Amino acid sequence: MQKMNIKYIKWGVFIVLLLVLLLAAVVISLSSGEIKVVLWQLPRILAEKNSIEFTVLTKIRIPRIMLAVGVGGALSLSGALLQGIYRNPLVEPYTLGISGGAALGVAIAIVLGIGTASYLSLPAFGFLGALVTLFLVYFLSIKRGGLSINSMLLIGVMVSFVSSSAMMFLMSVSTAENLHNIVFWVMGSLDESNAALIKIAFYASLSGLLISYLFAQTLNALRLGEVKARHLGINTGVAIKLLFFVASLLTGIAVSVAGVIGFVGLVIPHLVRLIIGNDYRVLLAGSFLGGAIFLILSDTLARTIISPNELPIGVITGFVGGLVFIVVLSRSKSHFKLN
Amino acid sequence: MVSDVSFSINKGDFVGIIGPNGSGKTTLFRGVAGELDPLHGNMVLQNSDMQNMNLKQRAQHIAIVTQNIEIGSMTVEEYVLMGRIPYHKQFQFFETKDDFAIAEKYMKLTGVDKLKGKYMNALSGGEQQLAGIARALTQEPQLLLLDEPTSHLDITHQVQILNLIRRLSRELGLSVLMIIHDLNLAGEYCDSLIMMQNGRIRKKGAPTEVLNYKDIEAVYETVVVTRTNPISNKPVVFLVSEEVIEKK
Repeated sequence: MQKMNIKYIKWGVFIVLLLVLLLAAVVISLSSGEIKVVLWQLPRILAEKNSIEFTVLTKIRIPRIMLAVGVGGALSLSGALLQGIYRNPLVEPYTLGISGGAALGVAIAIVLGIGTASYLSLPAFGFLGALVTLFLVYFLSIKRGGLSINSMLLIGVMVSFVSSSAMMFLMSVSTAENLHNIVFWVMGSLDESNAALIKIAFYASLSGLLISYLFAQTLNALRLGEVKARHLGINTGVAIKLLFFVASLLTGIAVSVAGVIGFVGLVIPHLVRLIIGNDYRVLLAGSFLGGAIFLILSDTLARTIISPNELPIGVITGFVGGLVFIVVLSRSKSHFKLN
Repeated sequence: MVSDVSFSINKGDFVGIIGPNGSGKTTLFRGVAGELDPLHGNMVLQNSDMQNMNLKQRAQHIAIVTQNIEIGSMTVEEYVLMGRIPYHKQFQFFETKDDFAIAEKYMKLTGVDKLKGKYMNALSGGEQQLAGIARALTQEPQLLLLDEPTSHLDITHQVQILNLIRRLSRELGLSVLMIIHDLNLAGEYCDSLIMMQNGRIRKKGAPTEVLNYKDIEAVYETVVVTRTNPISNKPVVFLVSEEVIEKK
C-alpha cells in the first residue's frame, strides 16, 4: 500500500516538474527574438502597455505560445491516445491519414484560388479534409466487418497514401506560386494571426485532455488487449470509437491551424513513457505538457535561429525530436515496451 | 458452433471441459465468458439471466484467466489491481484503500506478493499464471473461468497451480470452469468433467464416469487404457503407441 502511495507522489512530482518546465519554456520564448526582452523586464513591460515590446509580446509571442501549447498538446495527446487504442508504438496522429486529408483539403483550396478568400479558408479546408478522411477511415473499417483495430490502421495508412498521391498530382499541375504556398503550409508554422483560431486550438486541446482523462482507466485496461479489457467490464467498442474521434479531431484542428508538424505525436509520448511509465493516468497529462513544452521551444528556435527569417517548425521538431529520441532510447537501460 | 449444451455448476465446484481440438470447448468457454451471445437458450447465474447483465456486472461475477498473459512493463501489483476496475465508479481515477487491501489479500493467497514490485514480463510462465489468478480473484468473482492455465508449464508448476485452484474452490466456495487438455490432470483435480465432441456434450459427470476408454477412444480417435490411481482413486489414462498396437 505504501508503495502505491509513493507512485502517486512520483506522478505528482513529475507533473509539477513539467509545469515548471512549461513555465520556463514560456519565459524563454517570451524573451527570445529580434527584440530581446530580459526576464526581469517582463513585469514592467506587461504593466506599462505602451511600448513596442508590449505589442510584440501580446500580439506575436503570447499568441504563438498559446498556439504552441494547443497544437503541441493536441498532437502529443493524440499520439498517446492512438498508441493506446492500437497498442502499436509506431502509430502517430499522421499514420491514420488525418494530416494527409488535411493537407489535401488545403491544396485543393489553394489550387482553386479560394485559399486567400479569408483567414479562415485554409484552416477550414484543412479541417474539412481531416474530417472527410476521418469518416472515410471509420466507415470503410466498419464495412470491412466490425470496427477492427487492425483494419482501421490499414485503411488509415491506405487513405494516407491515396491523399498524398492526390496532393502530388495537384502540386504537379499547379502554378509556381500555388506550389510554394502548398509546400510552405505542409512544412508547418505557428505563424497564425487569427486570434479566434488560436483560441479554438488552445481550448479544443484542453477539452481533449479533459475528455481523455475520463477514459484513463479504460486506456489502462486496453493495455491488456481489447478482449481482456472487456473481461474487466470495459465497453471497449464505445470507448475506442470515442477516443478515436477525440484523437482525430485534435489532430484535425492542430493540422488545419498549424500545418503538418511531424514527430511531436510520436516522440513525446514515448519520451514520457520512458521517464514515468505507461500508466495513462500520468501519461495523458505528461504527454500534453511535454508536447506543449517541446513545441514552444521548437518554435522559439525556428523563429530565432536564422533570424530575421523563420525556419519551418517541422524542420526543428523532426531534427531535434528525432535526435533526442535516438539518444534517450540508446541510453535507456530498460528496454522499451508500449503496453 | 455448439448446440444442445446444458449443464450447471454448483458453488465450489471445480469443473473441467475436455475434448479434442475443434470439439467446441473454446466456443463454449467464450459463451460462458460473455464473448459470444447464444442464438438460443440462456445462461443463468444465481437466478439472474446473464444476458441481462452489463459488462461491468458480468466482470463482478465472472473472472477469466487466459492461456497467455501478454503484458509488458506493468508491475505485478499494478496488474493485480486491474482486477478492481469492474468495481470502480464511472470515471474513478484512483484505487481506494479497499482495492489495495483486496489485491494484497489475493497476492498473498496466490504467493505472488513477494513478486509484486517485479515487472510482469520478467516473470516465468508459471508466475505469470499465478499473477493472472491473483488478478482474477481480485475481481471477487463467483465463477472463475480458466483457459488451459497449465498448458505451457512444467509439472511442478502445473501441480502448483491446480492445487491452488482446488484449494480456492474449496476454501472460498469459488466455482471453477476450466478448459484442460491433459486428461490425467483433469481426472485428478476436477469434481466433474464435460466431454465435448463435434460441438455437443458427449458426456458429463464425475471423472470416473467420463474418463472411460470407450468414450475417450471414440472422441479422440486414439487407443488408450484407463486405470485407477492407487492413491487418489481417480482415473488415469495411458496412451498406447501405434507401434505397440501393431505388435499386439
